[in-house]
Amino acid sequence: MISPLEARYYRRRVPLLWWARRRSYLTFMLRELSSVFVALFVAELLFLVGAVAAGPSAYARFLDTMANPAMIVLNVIALAFLLMHAVTFANLTPRAMVVRVRGRKVPSRAVLAGVYLGWLVVTVFLAWLVVS
Amino acid sequence: MPAENRTTAEPFLWLLFSAGGVVAALALPVLLVLFGVAIPLGWVDAPDYPHMLALLRNPLTRLGLLAVCALTLVHAAHRLRFTVEHALRLRRHDGIIATACYGGALAGIAAAAYLLFAAI
Repeated sequence: MISPLEARYYRRRVPLLWWARRRSYLTFMLRELSSVFVALFVAELLFLVGAVAAGPSAYARFLDTMANPAMIVLNVIALAFLLMHAVTFANLTPRAMVVRVRGRKVPSRAVLAGVYLGWLVVTVFLAWLVVS
Repeated sequence: MPAENRTTAEPFLWLLFSAGGVVAALALPVLLVLFGVAIPLGWVDAPDYPHMLALLRNPLTRLGLLAVCALTLVHAAHRLRFTVEHALRLRRHDGIIATACYGGALAGIAAAAYLLFAAI
């Protein structure tokens, strides 16, 4: 038996790398880590804007930098994290909000289908904007 | 003042986090596929300079891109703040970590505003 005083000051020791011990915790941490890659890619976009602002040769140098194999590897890793973020965020939508049509709750599958359709529309629109 | 009546910025930050997460999920993957993978590998021809300049000088693109940058940076800062605090158990240093994260996001937003509305 421990005394109430001891119980009051009891703190369970948590190892520093507690999230490395269980797969679900590790997945959670990797998902949270996607924020680093979101910030990284926004920085890349800002470099693109800066290069276009600086002129055609700076834009060409930007494209060369992006074609560097190390940069491509980094961006493929970033893409994996961004897709993980996008899928986990999209799948949260039916839990985060209840959509009602004429007082009836829209099934979460329909909400999810709407989210993915919206993603597709935005993707096609942005690709058209850049490439066309 | 009793704790339950205290007003904090937290709900507002969570709102921005959520909005930024939606924007990051919708808009960033396609741009990363294009500029980070498809164009560098030659799957898609790089847009020529006049097209990029015209695109980025369009007021709607400027506003849209600034909104995307601002929301996603605040989202990333908010998430990184709690990731660092939870992963490395640094909750007691919340003041410093939060300042660094949101400060970095604000610096990025300022850079985006300058690049989109003054430099180009």
